[in-house]
Amino acid sequence: MEASKVIHAIYTDDDVLMNAVKTVKAEKHHIEEIYTPFPVHGLDKAMGLAPTRIAITSFLYGCVGLTVAIVMMNFIMIEDWPQNIGGKPSFSYIENMPAFVPIMFELTVFFAAHLMVITFYLRSKMWPFKKAENPDPRTTDDHFLMEIAVHGNENELTNLLQKTGAVEVNIIDKEDEH
Amino acid sequence: MYTFSNKLKTFSIALMILGLLGVGYGFMTSHKSFEDVETILAEEAHHGGGHGEETAHAVTEKAHDTHATENTHATETVSHVDEHKKHVEHVQHQIANRPWAALYVAAFFFMMIALGVLAFYAVQWASQSGWSPVLFRVMEGITAYLLPGALIVLAIAVASGTIGHYNIFVWMDPEVVAHDKLIQGKSGWLNTWGFAIRGLIFIAGWVLYRQFSRKFSIAQDNANDNKNFKKTFRISAAFLVFFLYTESMMSWDWIMSVDPHWFSTLFGWYVLAGMMVCGITVIAFISLYLKSKGYLELVNDSHLHDLAKFMFGFSIFWAYLWFSQFMLIWYANIPEEVTYFVTRINDYRLPFFGMLVLNLVFPFLVLMNSDYKRIPWFVVMAGIVILIGHYIDIFNMIMPATVGDRWFIGIPELGALSLFAGLFIYVVFNALTKAPLLAKRNPFVKESEHFHY
Repeated sequence: MEASKVIHAIYTDDDVLMNAVKTVKAEKHHIEEIYTPFPVHGLDKAMGLAPTRIAITSFLYGCVGLTVAIVMMNFIMIEDWPQNIGGKPSFSYIENMPAFVPIMFELTVFFAAHLMVITFYLRSKMWPFKKAENPDPRTTDDHFLMEIAVHGNENELTNLLQKTGAVEVNIIDKEDEH
Repeated sequence: MYTFSNKLKTFSIALMILGLLGVGYGFMTSHKSFEDVETILAEEAHHGGGHGEETAHAVTEKAHDTHATENTHATETVSHVDEHKKHVEHVQHQIANRPWAALYVAAFFFMMIALGVLAFYAVQWASQSGWSPVLFRVMEGITAYLLPGALIVLAIAVASGTIGHYNIFVWMDPEVVAHDKLIQGKSGWLNTWGFAIRGLIFIAGWVLYRQFSRKFSIAQDNANDNKNFKKTFRISAAFLVFFLYTESMMSWDWIMSVDPHWFSTLFGWYVLAGMMVCGITVIAFISLYLKSKGYLELVNDSHLHDLAKFMFGFSIFWAYLWFSQFMLIWYANIPEEVTYFVTRINDYRLPFFGMLVLNLVFPFLVLMNSDYKRIPWFVVMAGIVILIGHYIDIFNMIMPATVGDRWFIGIPELGALSLFAGLFIYVVFNALTKAPLLAKRNPFVKESEHFHY
């Protein structure tokens, strides 16, 4: 069930934030989200987020690109119209392969890079004209915000977060967008 | 302080003795008389393995047909005998070259490991990298092999033209030069004296840098300021400039000139890429060995990860240069350059293309995964493949020019490999005992100890 109330703890320092995350995790509260103005090294580990698999997708896309390059040039240069161009051997793919390697390489990189970027956009739900999901504009400048779901334990959570060095702790009624 | 274990010492000495026996056997069995070679060739022709003999004869026969009307039978027989004699002498020479070339390939291979490590070491200093100072003493240990190793390579090269019968470099043979306009044109560079003097200058420059960087590095351990560090930084930058010029010239002299009719502009970088991969692989091997013995507690899996990344990156860089050299020559197909690859593809098909699998495909697939780069046995396995691949790479550079299609990886090759492996282990681990394994007061060593990726 989606919590209707969330608590927003705001920090001004990434070290304080890291310690707060560890404390909150140790108290076994579920952190919904953390908003930071820049990548905080080690935050994903502290939060216990699963490692990304985007590199694996990239490798697979690279394999696709290589296949596309090989199939395309094998069809065009060897099967469809094996012309003699400057004495290059067009009898089989392997015989003329060195000439195709630059294209094979570039298409591998092209597919690996572009499809991985598109995958990243899809997975992180990013596109032009997307409505920004930012609870507090200060988090894009110099504040860090930790969002925790409230399950009737408001006071306990507020005390805990204040102890971790939060400069502001707000309880927010969340309009359910999901 | 590291102590050279008796086991390892015995092992290295055993390798050297075995190697010497193998090398000795190679030299003993390579002196074939004219008649011996004739029988070998006849036997090969009989088994259908003869290639040159039959073709050579067929060509002579054809020539005879066209000139039959003009020439007397007497001269025909003479020219026939001449062709036959030439061929047998050619093969005799190739057989005699084999132990020399085998020795030279192995000597160069181990020298190039030390030289690659020295260049990598200088780069670490010049770039003030924060991850590597805990490995500096390992690198310094490996570069201790450079002085004996490089002198041995140069000595074998010069000896092949003075003691031997021009067994590696044909341009050392005044007979050959007298009949070869192309080599005559290059004799301003390719002459034995110039070769020896240039070689000594290269070695002197490298070894000087090695001695001084090592001296300052050890002095820094007990210093109160960073004067030694700054000095090493400066000489490292200067050395890198010197190294890039001399390494290029060294590769022309010591490798490219085995084919004195052939030239390639990116050859020096190609050799450089190979020596960097091997050097970094050996750094990883020795660090892992010392760590497993409990001497390098501060080296963690992040250091290994970085080394493995360099192995991966330089493998691809090597392949990039290999391909750039091959593809440009293949594409343009200019006869004077392309023979280099024609002989290699015809006579060395398996080592020539097999080496690509070992040096590119295998490390590319194996070392791509970030997690695998932290697993010692995985890196060791990939490293062994890389080292074998680069030995074959050097083999492919030297052998076609010296023994031609009479190559084999047999007792002379393995013997030479074992001899220099033993010497390398002995010198390197001996040098490792001479100084503490941690560069204590290096300004970056704290960062390096806590390095994590």
